[in-house]
Amino acid sequence: MRGSAGMTATNPRVAAGILALAAITILIGGAFAGLIVEGVQDTSGALAAFDPYLFRVVRFTLWQALLSTALSVVPAIFVARALSRHPRFPGRALILRLFAVPLALPAIVAALGVLALFGRAGYFADLFGSISGQSWPGIYGLSGILVAHVFFNLPLATRLFLEALDTVPADQWRLASQLGMGARSAFRLIEWPALRASLPGIAGLVFMLCITSFTIVLTLGGGPRATTLEVAIYQSLRFDIDPARAVALTILQIALTMAVVAALMRLGANITGDANLPIAPRRYVTVSMQETAFNSVLLALALLFVAGPMLATVIAGLDADLARLAGEPAVRQATITSIVLATLSAALSATLALSLVMARRALALGRGAGRKTFLENVVDTGSGFVLVVPPIVIGAGWFVLLRHFGNVFAVAPAMVVTVNAMMAMPFAIRAIRPAHDAASERHERLCAQLGISGWNRLRLVEWPVLRRPLMTALAFAMALSLGDLGVIALFGSDAVQTLPYLLLARMGSYRTDDAAGLALLLGLLCLALMMLTDRLGKDFLPR
Amino acid sequence: MRILLSLVSALAISAAVAVPAFAQEKLTIYTYESFTAEWGPGPQVEKTFEAECTCDLEFVSVADGVALLNRVRLEGASTKADIVLGLDTNLTAEAKATGLFAPSGSDVVDIKVPGGWIDDVFVPFDYGYFAFVYDTEKLTNPPKSLKELVEGNPEEKIVIQDPRTSTPGLGLLLWVKSVYGDEAPAAWAKLRKRVLTVTPGWSESYGLFTKGEAPMVLSYTTSPAYHVIAENTQKYQAAAFEEGHYLQVEVAGITTTGAKNPLSQKFMAFMTGPGFQDVIPETNWMFPAGRTEKPLNPAFEALVEPAKTLAFSPEEVAENRKAWVDEWLAVMSE
Amino acid sequence: MTTGAAIQLDHVAFSYGEAVMNFDAAIEASAITAVMGPSGSGKSTLLNLVAGFETPQAGRILIGGMDVTSLEPATRPVSMVFQENNLFAHLSVEQNVGLGRSPALRLTAEDREAIAGALARTGLAGKEKRLPRELSGGERQRVALARVLVRDRPVLLLDEPFAALGPALRDDMLDLVRGVHEEREMTVVLVTHRPEDARRVAQRMIFLDNGTVAATGETEFFFGPDGPAAFRHYIGTEQT
Repeated sequence: MRGSAGMTATNPRVAAGILALAAITILIGGAFAGLIVEGVQDTSGALAAFDPYLFRVVRFTLWQALLSTALSVVPAIFVARALSRHPRFPGRALILRLFAVPLALPAIVAALGVLALFGRAGYFADLFGSISGQSWPGIYGLSGILVAHVFFNLPLATRLFLEALDTVPADQWRLASQLGMGARSAFRLIEWPALRASLPGIAGLVFMLCITSFTIVLTLGGGPRATTLEVAIYQSLRFDIDPARAVALTILQIALTMAVVAALMRLGANITGDANLPIAPRRYVTVSMQETAFNSVLLALALLFVAGPMLATVIAGLDADLARLAGEPAVRQATITSIVLATLSAALSATLALSLVMARRALALGRGAGRKTFLENVVDTGSGFVLVVPPIVIGAGWFVLLRHFGNVFAVAPAMVVTVNAMMAMPFAIRAIRPAHDAASERHERLCAQLGISGWNRLRLVEWPVLRRPLMTALAFAMALSLGDLGVIALFGSDAVQTLPYLLLARMGSYRTDDAAGLALLLGLLCLALMMLTDRLGKDFLPR
Repeated sequence: MRILLSLVSALAISAAVAVPAFAQEKLTIYTYESFTAEWGPGPQVEKTFEAECTCDLEFVSVADGVALLNRVRLEGASTKADIVLGLDTNLTAEAKATGLFAPSGSDVVDIKVPGGWIDDVFVPFDYGYFAFVYDTEKLTNPPKSLKELVEGNPEEKIVIQDPRTSTPGLGLLLWVKSVYGDEAPAAWAKLRKRVLTVTPGWSESYGLFTKGEAPMVLSYTTSPAYHVIAENTQKYQAAAFEEGHYLQVEVAGITTTGAKNPLSQKFMAFMTGPGFQDVIPETNWMFPAGRTEKPLNPAFEALVEPAKTLAFSPEEVAENRKAWVDEWLAVMSE
Repeated sequence: MTTGAAIQLDHVAFSYGEAVMNFDAAIEASAITAVMGPSGSGKSTLLNLVAGFETPQAGRILIGGMDVTSLEPATRPVSMVFQENNLFAHLSVEQNVGLGRSPALRLTAEDREAIAGALARTGLAGKEKRLPRELSGGERQRVALARVLVRDRPVLLLDEPFAALGPALRDDMLDLVRGVHEEREMTVVLVTHRPEDARRVAQRMIFLDNGTVAATGETEFFFGPDGPAAFRHYIGTEQT
């Protein structure tokens, strides 16, 4: 509201935003610099890396993402519809709550849960073995990757579809029941149009998540046949020490994600996803007995599929010698390291997000009705760009760059903190911005008039309003960072071990019990954070 | 940003790394995971050597032998490793080419490995022959040659290791190469159908095998001795192959960092003596390469004896490793 | 205690998107002046310019003879009450008023006395600890007026502050403003779209049309038979 230009450089809020942008630019720019320097130094090597192996990796990356998307999205349509047709039954809220869990669960925990269930020595091995009459082959390679991806994305897609269905106005349902529409025509005339509108966005989001999946493919992939670009980047650096190949792979990966994101933006999808629990409006639908039976079976199956690996994680975890694990110095050290790094990462993430949100708002106010400046555009959309660059790519860039200057493993903590902070930032912005902008809308003139600025403003005006969304952002960023494996897999060593890294190591030395125990610990940590987020989000009174 | 970065690293490193006692001299050895496992030779070696030198011996472990070399290459001259223990002869030429290793200055008189030993940088500490170990309860008719393995029933799964990280994995690659020559890609294309999974390290594969996830695993002729001695069972046996078995000689070398640490030489001398060598057979389950005082357990006498010992020279391996690994990758990713 | 200061808008030019405004007006010290005009005529903009929330592209604004054109809102001798959002929702009545004394909310004993006095004057005694959401709409505006009292600036700008209140309550509030004005004699500028509000409290009128000052004068003159034609047309069409 305050006058036009002239205030941008001196405004501390804008300065904070510029600082945050600079930090992001350094992190991403440094990674690209590393890749470019390497590519220029070894152009022939980078070109030679475009070999049949590389194209097979690309093919597999796309193929598994396509299958995962189809297997997640198509059933999700019907599960969401079943949930929407039955707005009130005991356990419905529990299902929705359970479907929110995979979002916060570290991929490695889910991978272990899937293995504990469907692995060769899993809980279901005997059952499947006796059904098929031969020994259960287990789920290595593509099948394992698909099961894990569906475990993550079926619930996500279901919740998003349910949201889409909930946008159907109640009047349309009244009308449908008045006209005596059956299930089939209601689906064709009312539900499908709502679903179809959101289908490209949801499918695109799931596809994007599967294309950039690292942990699942690393832990469940079966060697060179089931390798995605992200895993191949990791292997080319840690297995082959072939930076030229890493550069080639990274370029392909970025091209691929950019293409997907561009397509998504055209489809108007929201690539940061959503974690809101939809509330079911009152319906005026009568559902036939057969349909109720069908929906019940469908929901039971979906529930089993999602709850199964979680339950397996808990059972296998409780089987582990938890007391011994808790007493192990390595476990304690990794827990402390994980929590310290995740806390720092979350704090950095929230700080960056807050700076960008404040700067964007200050710039929008400063310009009045004028055109958006370049700076405002960058502050506004720049953060979203982060999503195009997978963490492993940033990690790889810095890895090849820092390699020239000494021990790359020594920077592990800084990399884990900064890269994960960056990855959580778009989500943190989503949590903070609405509250901040609404508060600014109300208080901007009042603060200007009363001369409340700087520290006083932060303390008296912003903090009380932003405390809850900030906590939400912090908890989410912490959960994300706690579960990170991409960055720590590149930079980790036994000098710096986080819980997921230790878990991977225990899996690697085939100490399954230990791994299961650690998975339970890690899963519970993230779950606790998610519940905290949920509670904080709910208590928030928008007044 | 830069200040923040360094602050964060400083904080986290100090949180993650316990500050060592400065009173004692310290020796840092990088090795592979199964060496430092509770059941591996690491704990005993550490105890005996620390008592002898009144110093602090620290093991740092990575997945497997090739990963070990990768790790040192990535750390470069700033590596903390004084000694790298667990490379094999297939890697020594490449390791030397990095310039990160110093002459051992060791007396190799006591060293006895097949084919003899001449090398001024690396010192062997054990040796063995790669072999496929199978579960006799699940596999009644094991393959009698590499050819039978390659052309056998694809439903009888095997677990192997990745040649990019693991010395046995690299060993199998070279084994197939030495038997099939230019036909190796075709052989791999057939063998691929039998591969349940490719793991980064030996311990992961062997774990899958003993858990019953696959009836056959790439390991060593000496592996059954473990099951006989420690578990008193004949259930697991190595399959003798007509074409012969590929030899692995495991070695240790002093890094340029370690050349400045007097404890390095001391350890190398210790390594070839009975304090180390007596531990090897029944913890690392390999043949000792140096002087022992304890006789070898009779279970080792009953093991498969290779009809022929196969090996490339370190130089040949160094020259072709990348090309051969890429060839393998191309086939295995199909 | 300060008394009122005259306000002068000296060829003030301002544009907001398509709308272009040119204000040239003198507002008498220590009087209550009502600002009226059709929507979009620039009533709020006029107040925002005086308060410093908008910066003119040309011209000067003088308060009590001092050029305030380049001053920040907080340093101008002005208090303003908005239609809504005058209070911080998370701060108590007492704290909201206290901000008028110290933007850091560090209050001396003297400040506290002044706050208690202002709350008593505006009929809020006993409600010091309440949060805004526990107050009625009228009470919230009283808190804003209490803060005006403790700030004690020579100019008070009121931007349709009682538009959302019922008729009886609005009259009470206007009477409170008139009472406060009698005690403090500050310059009051009241934007309203209700002629009866202007007649109830204002001595003088400014009529804006299309971003310029179309007429000024005594309230009685405006509502009399010889009042400005444009103004009469405006209230005439409004009333039908």
